Amino acid sequence: MAIFVNGVIFDGVDTSAQDCWKLEAYVARGGYQALRRIIESKMAQEDVIAEVKNSGLRGRGGAGFPTGLKWSFMPRSFPGDKYVVCNTDEGEPGTFKDRDILRFNPHALIEGMIIAGYAMGTKAGYNYIHGEIFEEYELFEAALDEARQAGFLGNNILGSDFNFDLFAHHGYGAYICGEETALLESLEGKKGQPRFKPPFPASFGLYGKPTTINNTESFASVPFIIRDGAQKFLEAGKPNNGGTKLFSVSGHVNRPGNYEIPLGTPFSVLLEMAGGMRDGKKLKAVIPGGSSAPILPGDVMMQCTMDYDSIAKAGSMLGSGAVIVMNEDVCMVKALERLAYFYHEESCGQCTPCREGTGWLYKVIHRIAQGEGRPGDLELLDSVGNNMAGRTICALADAAVFPVRSFTKHFRNEFEYLIEHKKPLVDHKWC
Amino acid sequence: MLSAQSLAAIDREVAKYPADQARSAVMGALRIALVERRETGKTPEERCLNTEVIEFVANYLQIAPVAAYEVATFYNMYDMKPVGQYKITVCTNLPCALSGGVNAAEYISKKLGIAIGETSADGKYTLLEGECMGACGDAPVLLVNNHKMCSFMTPEAIDKKLAELN
Repeated sequence: MAIFVNGVIFDGVDTSAQDCWKLEAYVARGGYQALRRIIESKMAQEDVIAEVKNSGLRGRGGAGFPTGLKWSFMPRSFPGDKYVVCNTDEGEPGTFKDRDILRFNPHALIEGMIIAGYAMGTKAGYNYIHGEIFEEYELFEAALDEARQAGFLGNNILGSDFNFDLFAHHGYGAYICGEETALLESLEGKKGQPRFKPPFPASFGLYGKPTTINNTESFASVPFIIRDGAQKFLEAGKPNNGGTKLFSVSGHVNRPGNYEIPLGTPFSVLLEMAGGMRDGKKLKAVIPGGSSAPILPGDVMMQCTMDYDSIAKAGSMLGSGAVIVMNEDVCMVKALERLAYFYHEESCGQCTPCREGTGWLYKVIHRIAQGEGRPGDLELLDSVGNNMAGRTICALADAAVFPVRSFTKHFRNEFEYLIEHKKPLVDHKWC
Repeated sequence: MLSAQSLAAIDREVAKYPADQARSAVMGALRIALVERRETGKTPEERCLNTEVIEFVANYLQIAPVAAYEVATFYNMYDMKPVGQYKITVCTNLPCALSGGVNAAEYISKKLGIAIGETSADGKYTLLEGECMGACGDAPVLLVNNHKMCSFMTPEAIDKKLAELN
């Protein structure tokens, strides 16, 4: 179910209309006006980047890095090939917003990427799409064909001397490719194993050329920023947290789905929008930013607003905006066991601390969950985690450790009880 | 080894990348090869990728066979083991589990009489547990043959889907 409220990307999109994704519908909503204005007024590249900077847009993929600043790192005068790449490899458990952008408003992404190409002087772009969403990949290709036919892609766009083309690349099942340098490796037709940074993609990216990679939602926000102005976008959120944001709400709520709301909206309001707790159960815990973000107890979440700064202050991350809601029937050991299995399964195997460590974390949590935990297991988890986090090429190891640390911190009694009594404190029910 | 139609589809993939970067098309080419194997194979062994097909794809793209093989084995949607006519992959990751993902997998397992990871004796179904498909709001979700996503798979919806496949 897709529900959008007060949004920027989904403003005016009737998701129940079968043709809402089409070019004609997008143009009727004011689509491609931003690109047209840039080209017709011959807007300077620096001015486009300045506008994105002024909007306060922060990367929507999870890291929250200022998008305009990232764009300014590209060597605009570099004479050779350069690329813009979109990361639609959305596989972080809890996150399902980019799929809805592709399904219901793909031209917002296409226009955003064309504007990015213009601002950074690139001639080609790729959108890397998560393997499991093949139908959306095909639909995105159809949207690209429409844009090409209408003269928004290709040579001499809208009669100017600006050339830019865009292609879709379909992944085939690897969470790690959401990491930007693994994504580039995969785009080059290799195993998705992250690269050491530096050099950063802005100097050595796709095929060794300067490359900028942004999340789908970040690119799709750009047409609004250019069309309606940076100030209007900024004001839709709160200072240092510009704009609206898509929140993917899953778990024990009555209406799971995507909600596009101003950054800074209280969590309690978002929970209410999502229909409140299913079956009237009590809120126990929330993972506020995708499975890699530290879990927070329900009462802490109820005091938070949904923005980068508030969630960080509470000890977690806004991440991709994936809000996983759990009720009182969830045994936290079982929940963590499932996440630990995921990271073990998805470690690319390149760095020893991650390849081995994710396996050890899973095995120890699994035995605790089975009632076979040993005294000292919680200390062992700490020790393994400390030897993983920050000791690998990419952040997957850290992402595997954050949930372990936060679950065993906030719900320590459940782990201790299971180790001591060989049975869970909570009579676990998934749903 | 592959049909003219598949080769034309591979050519369209190659055209997306710079002329000297045909390797980029290997993921798409292997996907296209797998789809043809699945649609034409009569036994589980004939429906998955094997070294001959992978080598053919590599030669077609003029890349080293090992470069294609390492891609086929790294990404988990390429079937490298014998697979049923209908591969059903159910997401059981945490967000889906909270909305019935684990129950859905158990229900299908019971109904088909096969455990997760198994293929039915008649070669018709393979049941797998999957990781996040990026559709947690539609939970329970499952994929049929990698490309068809089915949302809100309650027991009734599963009954209907299986009857349709039958």
